[in-house]
Order: sequence, then structure tokens, then C-alpha cells
Amino acid sequence: MTAVAEQTGAWLESFTKQPPAPECLRPLREAAFARFAELGFPTTHDEDWRFTNVAPIARATFQVAAADRFLRVPGGVEDLSPQEAQFDLASLAAGRNAFVALNTAFLDKVTVLRIPRGAVIAQPIEISYEVPDQADAVAVHPRTLILVGANAQCAIVETYKGQGQYLTNAVTEIVIGEGAVVDHYKVQQESRSAFHVATLAVTLGRSANLTTTSISLGGALVRNDVSAVLSEGAEATLNGLYLVNGSQHVDNHTVIDHAKPHGTSHELYKGILDGKASAVFNGRILVRKDAQKTDSKQTNKNLVLSDDAVIDTKPELQIFADDVRCTHGATIGQLDAESIFYLQSRGIGLSDARSLLTYAFAQDIVDRIEVQSLRDSLERSLFEKFHERTR
Amino acid sequence: MPLLEIKGLHATIGEREILKGIDLTVNAGEVHAIMGPNGSGKSTLAQVLAGRDLYAVTGGQVTYDGKDLLAMAPEDRAREGIFLAFQYPVEIPGVSNQYFLKAALNTQRKHRELPELDAMDFLDLIRGKIELMEMESSLLNRAVNAGFSGGEKKRNEIFQMAVLEPRLAILDETDSGLDIDALKLVAHGVNSLRGPERSMIVVTHYQRLLDYIVPDFVHVLAEGRIVKSGGKELALELERSGYAGLGIEDAEEAVGKV
Repeated sequence: MTAVAEQTGAWLESFTKQPPAPECLRPLREAAFARFAELGFPTTHDEDWRFTNVAPIARATFQVAAADRFLRVPGGVEDLSPQEAQFDLASLAAGRNAFVALNTAFLDKVTVLRIPRGAVIAQPIEISYEVPDQADAVAVHPRTLILVGANAQCAIVETYKGQGQYLTNAVTEIVIGEGAVVDHYKVQQESRSAFHVATLAVTLGRSANLTTTSISLGGALVRNDVSAVLSEGAEATLNGLYLVNGSQHVDNHTVIDHAKPHGTSHELYKGILDGKASAVFNGRILVRKDAQKTDSKQTNKNLVLSDDAVIDTKPELQIFADDVRCTHGATIGQLDAESIFYLQSRGIGLSDARSLLTYAFAQDIVDRIEVQSLRDSLERSLFEKFHERTR
Repeated sequence: MPLLEIKGLHATIGEREILKGIDLTVNAGEVHAIMGPNGSGKSTLAQVLAGRDLYAVTGGQVTYDGKDLLAMAPEDRAREGIFLAFQYPVEIPGVSNQYFLKAALNTQRKHRELPELDAMDFLDLIRGKIELMEMESSLLNRAVNAGFSGGEKKRNEIFQMAVLEPRLAILDETDSGLDIDALKLVAHGVNSLRGPERSMIVVTHYQRLLDYIVPDFVHVLAEGRIVKSGGKELALELERSGYAGLGIEDAEEAVGKV
């Protein structure tokens, strides 16, 4: 048996044993499993996975299960059946990502929402998954598809939580129509022994506007893939915050594809690393030949609080157009000694000064969150986190 | 017992010795000006007293209120009533001025076994101090010093001093970078905080500040030592004859002559 076959074998058993899918999803599942069996799990020989070894996931055995799903669909949003979205579900799974293929092979409770053309949805759409503690490790494959009509507006908050050891392999697709505005958040608060792999794929229509914020707090081994494809005049903002300590590993891979002219993208990812944790940031910006007048800015800032933490950060700019403005920058640093002294000189103790400055570093991303309830709850949990760490 | 007694203080940064034996005694309620050319060690003295670990103390003793000051952490010095107004106040994005100051005040109050103030009591307390410094109250909600003008930063330092009510305030070149109106405002704030229980060390290059904050004593620092001490008239003498009149080379003035 080849290595790939060894890894995929256990999944084949789960695949054949899973409850039957609705008629329309069956071919989709089968094609996706074949794709997964062909690709196998990525290894560190794959450039995209060089710093993230998924062997712990590949070696483990999981019972396939459904996570507890909490869905809040505000008025004005249509809740569709998966049959109505087969085409979109299929197109993404045809790519090179084995985890997306695996997710599609186990399609079950798919969340498909549609925001009608021109609708302005004031309340955020909330999609939360929680994996309860179980005797056997389980794998859950949440799948979300959101179709946003032209000139519509909405906010989406995805949350992932759980207890014990498990794998979350989530896939979210957002298709944004012309002139629509989408504010998206993904908050990852998985258990400290969980694996979390998440793929977000967004396509932006002409003059559409996307802001997506990825907050990564939990998990033992975490990989986020975010991609945005921009049409003419579209604007995408990708923000991220990752906090790791102990032996946590978080990998953020983003791809911004400027496919058409006059697109704008801003990207700001900030990380705080402590203990023996490691993190990866890989930000790919692709400016295609047609995409003249693209304006793109990428920033990755890392605060490294211990000697043993490791960050690998890499911008990847591929520019094929000649009239563009693209900037990128990455920083890796410690807390500023002068700022610490300033706080101490006012009576604030050393450990409190350190936690206050660490909190302030993260606050920059939290401040940009437009959904107030989410901002408040994150502020509270970050504040508690930094204070418990130093006490 | 004097509030502060410095004896034979030596301090270095890296290999370089900056303070080469400072002796200074400050009693309760006194205002001492420390003047000197650039590079004489004035700011180093201010920072060493506040506990900046960039400098190594290589000799001498500092007794503050009967305690060994050099053995205390910077935050403990602050809690015991020492306040340094920074020459270059630090910008801290992400921490609001109000949060910062309330946290500082409450740690100091806790240390003095006073009840901590809640948000309402704190606002009541600072209202008058904001007026004193003619501060825009919106500055309270902004991040500490972030994007403040030079004048706003210096005013913010004295505002903090007004809130924290130290026993020994060390003003490190608080006049630098201020126009005459801002200088008067800052001096007015400082003067209103003078009292029999509060001592001050005012570090400055120029006599100008001392027209507004009139010291009890003036000390001239050169090459890490106090070379002359006197009353407030010493500052005026310096104004007339310059540091050169005392046989002291001033890097800044020397540049001017070339």
C-alpha cells in the first residue's frame, strides 16, 4: 500500500458507512472522495504546507459526526436546501485542496443561505459549531455557502468551539454579487487538543466589498486558508489575529487574486506568540495581467513573547500587470522596553505592564470589528487571557 | 530627614560613564533646578532616579524617605510617590489614556491602602485637573500620547502628575519643544502643584522655564558632576554668561559658533 492509500483507507471505511446523502449530493460526494483519495493529505514537501505538518491528523482515526450547529438567520435571509446550490458546492471541491475534497465527501448538514438582491440585513447571521466531549475522537465537516445578491449588505459571524480531541474541517464559500457589501468574521475557539482546518473562499463581483476577520485563539494544530477573487473595482480587507502559546501551531495562508482592474485589497494579520508555540503567515497577492490600477497593501506583525516561539512569515507577490501599487511588510518583535518602563514609572507592575501592552497589540484588530457584541466579548476574553497569563 | 539624599552616584550606559559622583539633597517642599549643557548627564540622573534599567548604577547611594531607592523596582518608586515627567513621553497605541491613568492611580492607591476608585469617582477626580491643564477631554479617550502634538504630550505628563499627586516630581526637560504659550500653561500646572509636602527636581537646559517655575536651588551639572550650586540667581547668571562663563563647554553652543 502506498502512504496515501494507508492514510485514506480509514476514511474510505467511514465514507462507505456514512448515512446516505440526498440523491442530488451523492455524485458530488463520490467525486470528492475520489479526489481526496487521489490527492491524499498534504505533506511538508508541498510548498503550501512546508511549515505545517498534518501527520497528526493523517495518522489519527476519527468517527465522522455532525457538530452541534447553532444557526441564527435574521429576517430577510433565505435558508435554501443544498440541492439548490449543487453547482457552487461542486466547483470548489474540484481544486487541489485535499481537506476541501474530504469535506465535500462528507457533505451532510450544509448551510446554504441567500441574501436577496438589494436586501440590507442589519442583524448579523450567526453560524456556530460546538463539538461536545466524546469518548472517541470525531471529525466534523461543517459546510457553509452564502450567496449575496447584488447591492445587498450583511454581516456573518462563524464560531467554532468544542471539548476534547477532534477534527474540525470547515469549508465556507461566499459569493458576493455586484456592489454588495459583506462583513465576515470567523472566531476559532476550539479546544486546546483539537485540530482545526478551515477554508474560506470568497468571490467578489464588480465593485463588491468584503471585510473578513479571522480570530484564532484555540486549537492544537490550526490551518486557515482564505482566498478572495476580485472583479473590477472590488475591495477586499483581510484582517487576522492569532494567539498561540504552549505547543499550539497556527498557520494562516491567504490568497488575494486581483483578477480584474481597479481592485483594492488591504491585509493586516497580527500574531502573539508565547511558550513553544509556532505560527505561519503566508500572504499571496496575485495581480493578473488585466488587473491594472490594482492597489494592494499587506502587513503582518508578530509579537514574540518567549525565546522558544517560532514564526515563519512570507509575503508572496506575483504581479503580472505594470500599473499597480503593491506594498507589503512583516515585523517580528518583542514588547517595547521603553513602553514597559513608561507604564512602570506610573506605578503599574511589570507583569501588568507586559499584559497591558500585549492586549493593546491585539486590540488594534479587535477595534476594527463592526459587530459590537462580538467586539465586546472578544475584548473581555482577551483581557482575561492576558491577565491570567502573567499572574 | 531629607526626602531625597543622593551620595556619590555613579552610573554608566554600556561602557560609558555618564554620572561621575553626584551629591544632592532635597528636602520636603523644595524645588531644585538642575541645569547643564547637552550630554552633561541631566536626563540620565532623572531616569536613574525613576529606575530605568538602561543605565547601570556603579557606585553611590540614594536614600528616599529613609529607604534605599536603588533597591526598588520602578513601579515601587512610583507607588512611593516618585513621578518622572518624561522628556519624550512614550506613545502607546491600543491603551486609552483614561484606562491607563485609572489603572496607575488605583495601583498607587492600593499601595497606600486607600480604596480603589470606580469609573465615576475617577471622572469626578480628574475633571478639575483637565481644566487646570486646559486639556481637550477627548484626549482621555485616545490612546496614550498616540498622535498627540509635542505640546499635548507635555501637558499630558503634567496632567498625570496632577492626578497622581507625587511627593517627588522629576521634570525632565519639560520645556523642550514648547512655544511660550504652552510653556506658561505647563508652568502654571506645575506651580499649582507646589506645596510644603511636595518636592521637585526640574531638569532643563535653558533658564527660560525657571522664569515661570522659580526654583529654591539651582545646580549646574557638567560632565556627570555638579560643578556649582546656588540660589535662583545662579540661573540668571547662566543666562547672562552662558555655560562658557563657567568654563563649561556646551555641545549645542559650540556647534553654533562654528
